[in-house]
Amino acid sequence: MKKLSATSKAYLVFVFAVLYAPILYLIFYSFNSGGNMNNFESFTLEHYQAVFDDSRLIVILINTVIVALLSGLIATIIGTLGAIGIVSIKDKKMRNTLLSLNNVLIVSPDVVIGASFLILFTMIGVKLGFASVLVSHVAFSVPIVVLMVLPKLLEMNTSLIDAARDLGATKRDILTRVILPYISPGIFAGFFMALTYSLDDFAVTFFVTGNGFSTLSVEIYSMARAGISLTVNAISGLVFAITVLVVIGYYFINQKAKSATSEGQR
Amino acid sequence: MRDLLQATVAIVIVCGLLFVAAGQMQSKGSTGSKDTLTVFNWGEFIDTDLIKKFEQETGINVIYETFDSNEAMLTKVQQGGSAYDIAVPSEYTVESMREDNLLIPLDHTLIPNLKNINDDFLNLPFDPNNEFSIPYFWGTVGIVYNPNLIEDHLTFETWDDLWDESLKRKVFLVDGSREVIGMGLNTIGESLNVKDDKVLRQATDKLMTLSPNVKAIIGDEITPLMINNEAAVALTWAGQAADMMAENEELNYAVPEEGSNLFFDNMVIPKTSKNIEGAHKFINFMLDQENAAQNADYVGYSTPNEAAWDIMDPEVIADERFYPSHELREKLEVYENLGLTWLGKYNEYFLEFKMNLN
Amino acid sequence: MTSVLKLMGMKSMNSKAAKTPLIPYLFWILLFVIAPIALILYYSLLDLNGNFTLANYAKFFTPIYLKMTFSSFWYAFLITLFTLIFAYPTAYLLTKTKHKKLWLMLIIIPSWINLLLKTYAFIGIFGLYGPINALIEVFGFNPKQILFTDFSFVFVAVYIFIPFMIIPIFNSLDKMNPSLVFAARDLGASAWTTFRRVVFPLTIDGVKAGIQVTFIPALSLFMITRLIAGNQVITLGTAIEQQFLVSQNWGMGSTIAVFLIVFMALTMLVTKQNSKGGRA
Repeated sequence: MKKLSATSKAYLVFVFAVLYAPILYLIFYSFNSGGNMNNFESFTLEHYQAVFDDSRLIVILINTVIVALLSGLIATIIGTLGAIGIVSIKDKKMRNTLLSLNNVLIVSPDVVIGASFLILFTMIGVKLGFASVLVSHVAFSVPIVVLMVLPKLLEMNTSLIDAARDLGATKRDILTRVILPYISPGIFAGFFMALTYSLDDFAVTFFVTGNGFSTLSVEIYSMARAGISLTVNAISGLVFAITVLVVIGYYFINQKAKSATSEGQR
Repeated sequence: MRDLLQATVAIVIVCGLLFVAAGQMQSKGSTGSKDTLTVFNWGEFIDTDLIKKFEQETGINVIYETFDSNEAMLTKVQQGGSAYDIAVPSEYTVESMREDNLLIPLDHTLIPNLKNINDDFLNLPFDPNNEFSIPYFWGTVGIVYNPNLIEDHLTFETWDDLWDESLKRKVFLVDGSREVIGMGLNTIGESLNVKDDKVLRQATDKLMTLSPNVKAIIGDEITPLMINNEAAVALTWAGQAADMMAENEELNYAVPEEGSNLFFDNMVIPKTSKNIEGAHKFINFMLDQENAAQNADYVGYSTPNEAAWDIMDPEVIADERFYPSHELREKLEVYENLGLTWLGKYNEYFLEFKMNLN
Repeated sequence: MTSVLKLMGMKSMNSKAAKTPLIPYLFWILLFVIAPIALILYYSLLDLNGNFTLANYAKFFTPIYLKMTFSSFWYAFLITLFTLIFAYPTAYLLTKTKHKKLWLMLIIIPSWINLLLKTYAFIGIFGLYGPINALIEVFGFNPKQILFTDFSFVFVAVYIFIPFMIIPIFNSLDKMNPSLVFAARDLGASAWTTFRRVVFPLTIDGVKAGIQVTFIPALSLFMITRLIAGNQVITLGTAIEQQFLVSQNWGMGSTIAVFLIVFMALTMLVTKQNSKGGRA
């Protein structure tokens, strides 16, 4: 493989620096004894202490993560199957109609989605709380999964499927052995983007939640009037650090496992 | 395919573990009592130590939920589906909730601490005899400014100071149609609750001439921005001004003499309540002298609790900027519920003003 | 809408089995897309007193809303353009790195931190006394007003959308057969020609997906229009938020939402994925 040129490297460094700048800024001020994100007075760990003293905040954080992971998973399953189904439709008009319908939730502002889901849930008589929030997050994450999986499906070579069928593979085999492995980068991309949608959502969750169930976003937004406490910075910093460590750790363990198996086969 | 299966299994396992952990934390945190009370309040608008104290004193388990605007809260209460026992709307929302029968009348015999509230803050037009609401915090709309960044003659005793040519691109406005259009109305000597297109047109035209001085129209983030001296002047609420001044000692706050708005955030019991008795206990608890003082100290807004004034820092209470005297308050006007048609018109005029900025 | 219902009840299609994966998806569309659209259409025909009216639609064609529509499109276009300009080379270079999957993950992770918090951080960073202006002063210039300008607005919007653009482009570049590029170069094509004639066409589906997930939500951006642009940029999304939450005029809010959906459908037509289709 060709080595990246210095300019290329500099460009990537620049992109990463910009992407991480606001997060490092947040973490920097989480150590501020001044209590706000303006003037750094002196170093303190009190905001991290406050995180562990505030069991309500930790429960909210756990709820947030559960909703994000589960809704991401379910949305990915529905969306992937949906995308596979959409590509298999021969009628062009129908295909375009479905794709347009797919994107309605992406273009609709959160308030509209939140308010209409709230009306929907109260009409059906769903009790507001964990379940209604989870279902809503699944609902608004499905379209992004479809959009992420679709290009992989479209670039897939039809002859692959034909060959498999000629070799006597069943529909099920074709799905699990040919299609899914090929589009798996798209599936993972869809899942990660669904996580982003879920973790960022404030308005929809606000409307459809109830009975004491809350997520970190709702909590942060409603703090705005009286000022966001640095405890939130601290908890975000912790989550960020843990996520980065898990991702890097998982990646290298996976690499090692892979090279070990390939060596074993040799 | 193996990757996909592995990932799925991992996610399910992690969620399961987190679920157990959350359950553990929750059971540890609660008093174990089945008697629960759901409080629906603005974020960071209560000293959470007081909630713990209330739980210990009464054995009632408090569920605390937050909202970020009156209207969002209203939508939730209207739709039902969640049992809110206490909510904290502003006065014009109390009025509209009352009109829509969304409130439960208060039993004053269960709130003996009502006597702690100063008479001036009781029996106000938006809720005669406090049948449905008890004031929680109050304040004014005014101008926060940094004297070191502007010319000396600007003291904001009059709204017209905002139009001064030296303030080009130095003014923040708060993102509220009633506050901004209201400022226009104040400058032409009209009521903040006017329902007359001609007058509103006149006020908007006056505002249009302010455009060159406006740097941005923003919401709650006005607080960190003013602390950081990003602009010299801002139209905002007293409570937020107090927050800013606590962090940036150069700042000052003034309410122009032509008049301005006086607001109240109030405790009410919405129709969705399932624990009316507990809700009364909570209101009475918050009105207690010591609790009210502690809460006001934490939140930083002005409290209507006269008994609490006696034990709070006398310097705070004597500060006319945040605790204006009876005479000064006479000049201020409380928002009335305009009704949706007129509220819509205020917003249309405000939108026109915003579109004219760029 | 009838076409979807037809699909759900469909029995006679030749590849019936291939349609089974669609069932949960169609169920989702029916419940969470069609039902809300019906609700929005219904509300858009109501005035404040709940009477039937077309006045909301008439109002949309007044200068204020038309101007807003135009500026929404203009900013969405700018945002998409700059996102693409920065995302494409990033995605391309990422595919050349040693641990490319890991680097891609590291591009996604920042988007998991709450957006409001990051926006507050940007307010600090861009501020008159923030790090950027401190740097400007080091070089001997006067502090610049960065916040509340078109630049800061487009910058933060690009920041929000860039992972959504990078991922699909990365995915389509990643599977590209490198021998194609070598072959083109061997045949004497310049680097630019190779890119234009070989690489770019092969990644067009990824680019289109990226444009869709950037342009469509950019039309309805809100929040940062206030926090970063100080309400000097007003998009259709902002207007809908205001109508729903401040004016409580669900009729007008829904009407704007109807137009947004129409604009989205038009965008889809323009960026249609013109594949052969019809696989089973």
